[in-house]
Amino acid sequence: MTGQILPGARSDGSAWSVGAVGGAVAPGCGSSGGVRCVGGGVGGIGASPVRPDGALKVRGEFAFSSDLWADDMLWGATLRSPHPSATIRGIDVGAALAVPGVYAVLTADDVPGDRHYGLEVADQPVLAVDEVCYRGEPVAIVAADHPETARRAAERIVVDYGVREPVTDPEVALAGGRLVRHVPIRKGDPAAVAEVVVTGEYRVGMQDQAFLGPESGLAVPAPDGGVELYVATQWLHADQRQVAAALGLPVELVRLSLAGVGGAFGAREDLSMQVHASLLALRTGRPVKMVYGREESFVGHVHRHPAILRYEHGATRDGELVYVRARILLDGGAYTSTTPAVVANAASLGVGPYRVPNVTVDAYGVHTNNPPCGAMRGFGAVQACFGYESQMDRLAEAVGLDPVEVRVRNALAEGGSMPTGQVVEGPAPVARLLELVRDRPAPPPVGDDPRQLPGGVANTTAPEQVVRGVGYAIGIKNVCFSEGFDDHATARVRLELIGGEPTALVHTAAAEVGQGLVTVQAQIARTELGVERVVVATADTSVGSAGSSSASRQTYMTGGAVRAACRAVRAALLARLAGGSGAGADDGGVADDGGAVGDGGVVGDGGTVGDGGGRVAGGGLELAGGVIRDAAGRTLGTLVDLLAAGPVERSVRWRHRPTRPLDPVTGQGDAHVQYAFAAHRATVDVDPELGLVRVVEIATAQDVGRAINPQAVLGQIQGGTAQGLGLALMEELQVVDGVIRNPSFTDYLIPTILDVPPMAVDVLELADPHAPYGLRGVGEPPTISATPAIVAAIRAATGLPLARVPVRPEHLTGTG
Amino acid sequence: MVLPRSEMEFLQPESWAEALAVRAAYPEALPVAGGTDVMVELNFARRRPPALLDLGRVAGLADWGTEDGLLRLGAGVPYRRIVTELAGRAPGLAMAARTIGSAQIRNRGTVGGNLGSASPAGDALPPLLAAGALVELASVRGVRRVPVAGFCTGPKRSMLAPDELIAAVLLPPDAGPEQFAKVGTRNAMVIAVCSFALALRPVSRTVGTGIGSAAPTPVRAAAAEELLVAELPWADRAALPEPLVRRFGELVAAAASPIDDVRGTAAYRRHALGVLAGRAVRRAWAEHRRGGVRG
Ligand SMILES: Cc1cc2nc3c(=O)[nH]c(=O)nc-3n(C[C@H](O)[C@H](O)[C@H](O)COP(=O)(O)OP(=O)(O)OC[C@H]3O[C@@H](n4cnc5c(N)ncnc54)[C@H](O)[C@@H]3O)c2cc1C
Repeated sequence: MTGQILPGARSDGSAWSVGAVGGAVAPGCGSSGGVRCVGGGVGGIGASPVRPDGALKVRGEFAFSSDLWADDMLWGATLRSPHPSATIRGIDVGAALAVPGVYAVLTADDVPGDRHYGLEVADQPVLAVDEVCYRGEPVAIVAADHPETARRAAERIVVDYGVREPVTDPEVALAGGRLVRHVPIRKGDPAAVAEVVVTGEYRVGMQDQAFLGPESGLAVPAPDGGVELYVATQWLHADQRQVAAALGLPVELVRLSLAGVGGAFGAREDLSMQVHASLLALRTGRPVKMVYGREESFVGHVHRHPAILRYEHGATRDGELVYVRARILLDGGAYTSTTPAVVANAASLGVGPYRVPNVTVDAYGVHTNNPPCGAMRGFGAVQACFGYESQMDRLAEAVGLDPVEVRVRNALAEGGSMPTGQVVEGPAPVARLLELVRDRPAPPPVGDDPRQLPGGVANTTAPEQVVRGVGYAIGIKNVCFSEGFDDHATARVRLELIGGEPTALVHTAAAEVGQGLVTVQAQIARTELGVERVVVATADTSVGSAGSSSASRQTYMTGGAVRAACRAVRAALLARLAGGSGAGADDGGVADDGGAVGDGGVVGDGGTVGDGGGRVAGGGLELAGGVIRDAAGRTLGTLVDLLAAGPVERSVRWRHRPTRPLDPVTGQGDAHVQYAFAAHRATVDVDPELGLVRVVEIATAQDVGRAINPQAVLGQIQGGTAQGLGLALMEELQVVDGVIRNPSFTDYLIPTILDVPPMAVDVLELADPHAPYGLRGVGEPPTISATPAIVAAIRAATGLPLARVPVRPEHLTGTG
Repeated sequence: MVLPRSEMEFLQPESWAEALAVRAAYPEALPVAGGTDVMVELNFARRRPPALLDLGRVAGLADWGTEDGLLRLGAGVPYRRIVTELAGRAPGLAMAARTIGSAQIRNRGTVGGNLGSASPAGDALPPLLAAGALVELASVRGVRRVPVAGFCTGPKRSMLAPDELIAAVLLPPDAGPEQFAKVGTRNAMVIAVCSFALALRPVSRTVGTGIGSAAPTPVRAAAAEELLVAELPWADRAALPEPLVRRFGELVAAAASPIDDVRGTAAYRRHALGVLAGRAVRRAWAEHRRGGVRG
């Protein structure tokens, strides 16, 4: 049934297509029987093959989740709370139900299973139960034969609210016992004293992920009483678990497929319309599509936690850190979402990539009646970095050192220990990254092209009205899930002859959210299996969980799983070779190695990790170009011959090395898998009279361990830096009394091409011996330090203290 | 009960006379020129007109030329053409047009639409105010020309009658040095936090101003204009006295009645207007001293 109605669903029922939706075909690639290949020829790891969705997106032809269609579908709409806090005394849906074209109107009473959901704690109602705790909270849902009918009908639902005074100040919330989590970190002497002390209080506003593709999807009732859900998400299996619980169905009856994702950045980790569309579909027996509007999207997902950060840094007169004391308060909004993990990140990464003998950090997350906050690129590390890097600049000034010098003097290095006591294994090139950005040539002086002046073409500023400033920052981010979480990813790889040609089919549930994961999976399969043709299946829940496309983890985790599954396939091939050509035993048996395949990189000289490309386990055999050779180069067999006996399929569940919880009192523990670092130097031109800023250039340096896809790595670094620029200068959801006052792209401003400067990028590839191919997660670090570097540059230009981001013209002109 | 649906009639006259006739017969039909405001309103369901009156095919509406000694700019001329074709004859308007939206918006958006929306943040309006432009309104009843200064009657309200269409704006020919600048919180695609336009007319020794986004409608700074008329060293083109620049900035700031909103504080708007005004008069006077008087 679904085959004929969904873009990108299987045209022949065989389940294979490239990319999320839309069935991309790379140029020069054949297509047979509904199976398409990604790229051709080379295109293994270290290359940058053309991504299957690229041209489609540029041409506007990519099918996003909002483009899903079923001929007989209904449209869902959501009635949301107009109040940040209220009791619900009654809901009258009669007027809505009476509207012609309306098929269902549902409230919390119609939720058959668990009425609450959540990623870590199930405290968020599917539909409001007796009260609402933030403005925009879903109260009721409607299905109708036209989206506008559904919306208008929703407006006719009468809700009797008992309005309450909302708690919107996180300090009041903390004092009032609305604590979600407190993470203390205690290292060394809590009473340490120092010759030089600098203190500061810093604030970070509420940033939004501002993805372009609004929350959307299509739920199709299935004949077996279950539901097929096509949705843009970051983590199919987390959605599946929560949707099934809310529907009161076993997970097997809730089947999800990834639809085309229009950006994520953390905002698709929590559920939005998933349960709602499924409830309506099951109730009406019809496919139900839901698409949020832009304003609705701004209340339909979690945001970056606003933060208040107080820091005290003690140092010697030479600028060597003696202690750091910090208190970090994060506003989690109405529900828990991922606040506990965000708090742990802010705490454990709270002093930055520095050697600090004595650390006292207390990070708190609280509940308020503000919009819920959760995952966003950088996840707790962003807020902390603005605090500690602002402090490092103050310290540099206090001891009379250059800002880079003070950082280099305190830089964490391989073997150093974090405030949690965790020893940093593998390269930690903090000093080198700083030196790289420092040593870049300075950008040219201010010119008179208006597009390069503050204010751009709006004719505000002449070159002589500009002051230039330069600022530096470096950040640290954990990669993968932490604190003992059982973090794993599953890959199924099948090697078979299609049209006589060896073809690898890679199937995972990992969400391609625009970062290029489909391409990376294919690259790994090419490298490991020595084949050209690779088909990456649409991600869905018919294969095991891949975990979330977050925490900069998917190339590490799903990449690791794909590599492990490919190696299992290779081993099976080898066994076939050894057992003679007739071995038909490989009937798709599943090998769950539970992490045994974990740390398989081969460490070579100078810390580089061999790719393992084409090396067949055991005996120096090589698999390349479809031929297996021994060490002497003799041909032992060909893939075509070996596969004549049938396909080889292996499925592997792969884990990174285990982490440990943080001690609840001391915050000690090996909580993180891997640390990643990026540094920025920002050069800005400021018009101090008008308070306008133009970032002239950003130099950035990042260690990526191994660039699996160099072009995608650059894309992450540039995009992440631009998102950090946004937080520095303009991106803020302005929340007043629990109400978002700028829920539109007219007033939630994200940088345009005229705001994002040229970037000079240095990429280091210092292998992490624990990670697949030595790679290091790439996506988040560039977002983290871009913001403080830009603010430091504005401080350097203006001499103003600037303790809050985004920096507004008011802050620069004293007119706030 | 019948709920409104997204279906609506789409009327496409090809001549001005036909357009006026449709407008008179069907005043509920919403005129649409570039659609850059109308489509946003429709998408956000802020408006559900029963019909759209598309002006895109009306012959002559996107022409400009000279008439009665005035520069006559058809209501349908898109911003892109104002930038490329009229930077010499209507410099202030062309500077403002360059700041509007993005290339896509400038390809579609029109001055007629900016007037039709009558937003206090409409960027075309301050330079038209400063230049002392007239708006030509037409209906089957006839044609009237009204000063742009009185055209906007409140936020998103104008004196356009239900049966009228905006035909053109008319600008005096003796353009002297003109300036326009707008403050936004990013370098493109931004609604003005505030904006300021200035027109010096050395031949007649007059001065025009326009303030955007700092009052319920675009407004002039009359006292500031009078100050410059009286005190600019017109005769000898001498250097601008600094106190005059400062006083001018203060009077411009005082003429605004800004509010605090998500785009900026009232205090910032006032401050920025003073700065913009000072910069505008310096630049315009410098141009005048270089001999940049246009006939
Ligand atoms: C992304 C974006 C960015 C923008 N940036 C800016 C900006 O920087 N500065 C700015 O000022 N504006 C901006 N706008 C708003 C808009 O582009 C301008 O107001 C533009 O001038 C509208 O012109 P239009 O031809 O598209 O008008 P339309 O949308 O077609 O019409 C606007 C209004 O005018 C009426 N109307 C149009 N023509 C006539 C006529 N001849 N007679 C009578 N009524 C008429 C319509 O009925 C409607 O009420 C932006 C809009 C968008 C979507």
